[in-house]
Amino acid sequence: MISRREFLKRAGWAAGGGILLPGMGWAADMGPKTLPSGTLASAVLEALPGKRPLIKRSFRAPNYETPIEYFNEVITPNDAFFVRWHLSNIPEVTAASWRLKIGGDAAEAPYELTFDELKKFEPVELVAVNQCSGNRRGLSNPHVQGVEWGYGAMGNARWKGARLKDILARAKLKKDALEIGLDGAETGANPATPDFVKSIPVWKALDENTLLAYEMNGAPLPHLNGFPVRLIVPGWTGTYWTKQIISLQALSKPQGGFWMNPAYRVPIGKFPLVDRFVSQETPGNPSTPITEIVVNSLITNLQDGQKVSAGRPVEVKGIAWDGGYGINLVEVSTDNGQTWRRAELGKDLGRFSFRQWKFGFTPQDRGQVTVMAKATNVRGSTQVFELIFNPAGYHNNVVQKINLQVA
Amino acid sequence: MRMLFLLVGCALSFGALADESAVKLKDGPGRDVVAGNCVMCHSLDYIPMNSVFLDRKGWDATVHKMINVMKAPIREQDVPAIVDYLAKNYGK
Repeated sequence: MISRREFLKRAGWAAGGGILLPGMGWAADMGPKTLPSGTLASAVLEALPGKRPLIKRSFRAPNYETPIEYFNEVITPNDAFFVRWHLSNIPEVTAASWRLKIGGDAAEAPYELTFDELKKFEPVELVAVNQCSGNRRGLSNPHVQGVEWGYGAMGNARWKGARLKDILARAKLKKDALEIGLDGAETGANPATPDFVKSIPVWKALDENTLLAYEMNGAPLPHLNGFPVRLIVPGWTGTYWTKQIISLQALSKPQGGFWMNPAYRVPIGKFPLVDRFVSQETPGNPSTPITEIVVNSLITNLQDGQKVSAGRPVEVKGIAWDGGYGINLVEVSTDNGQTWRRAELGKDLGRFSFRQWKFGFTPQDRGQVTVMAKATNVRGSTQVFELIFNPAGYHNNVVQKINLQVA
Repeated sequence: MRMLFLLVGCALSFGALADESAVKLKDGPGRDVVAGNCVMCHSLDYIPMNSVFLDRKGWDATVHKMINVMKAPIREQDVPAIVDYLAKNYGK
């Protein structure tokens, strides 16, 4: 049931009309204007319990994206962090009642873990981007079905937790362990709906950066971001970051189910991915599971159509990120892509984090100026200028174009 | 049974917390059968959000995905009216 306090908060918000976000000075819009018309028309700014107003894409399951303005800070606040669920029943799991079952046919010593026991493992902290596989899906051309995200189905946080490899070691994995199956507490409104069960390859599960996190930016995880414990798979898209995780299964055979295949797949060979999830590939099937995040960037402080003054300096600010190799170059163009100049990179918070950057220029002539930003990682991978179309709308790292009106 | 399922679904689901009653589908023949079926598992804003870009074939495939993959308990005789409504009101 909705609490009285919550009701009053929402009523106040509704009566108050538009809301100001930090550093904005104008009411947030509902996303880029190339989103489907119905997406823009059905979006609202709404504050979920414990959250600031976010852009609602769907109420149930709750899918809410972070307004771009929050990305002017390198760490995304917990209460502004995007919310993404597949199924409607999201139980309130308390730390005291939480249990993690570790088992499966490739585990010799299955066991159960409590929250207090999890915290006794050596803690690790790292900053990592959590990005929904479908971030920017709504910008696909032609449009494809799904949650029609704009730019904000992502966030960057400092996560603290135990290494998954330490938890798995106690279960004594057998030599034939191939994948680790992952299940969270959420279920469908209809019990017959396929449960949201995922898996990762054993080698990724044993990576020292893969964590079972119980803290986010120094605080417990928000309920809607997976309290009490979620998996952190740095470099890989959010589909593997199981929220409210309750089961780890060491498997000698590939995990089945709708959410592994055909969902969350990309065509083999279309994207320059290094990490492949090959145990999920089958002969004759041209698709492979989505894995690492592609190189990307976002201009965070300017809006399309914004007015600036000729002869006055303009600062372009933004972030860049990739699948965990590290960003080493961001270039900005202010002449529609003809020439590019190097932006100044901000502090390095680790290779899985957003990397801030900034660039200054002074428009001289009145008229339109097109600003673009392009990131490159240490492997030389960069962004594309034309969308690599795929049926689920994944991996959209098309270079943004922001048109400024110089007056 | 269907009603029981609907009630149980609402009581347990996140829907009790969200203002999804604000979502109003366009008026037209078939609206109630669409609303009554789709709302069992998800809020109705999934429909306008996924518009306007699907044609009749696209909406037909979506409804069948809900039945065959997501196991939505939609009666076969309701399917034509659902697809008609979606194609007419939220189709391209």
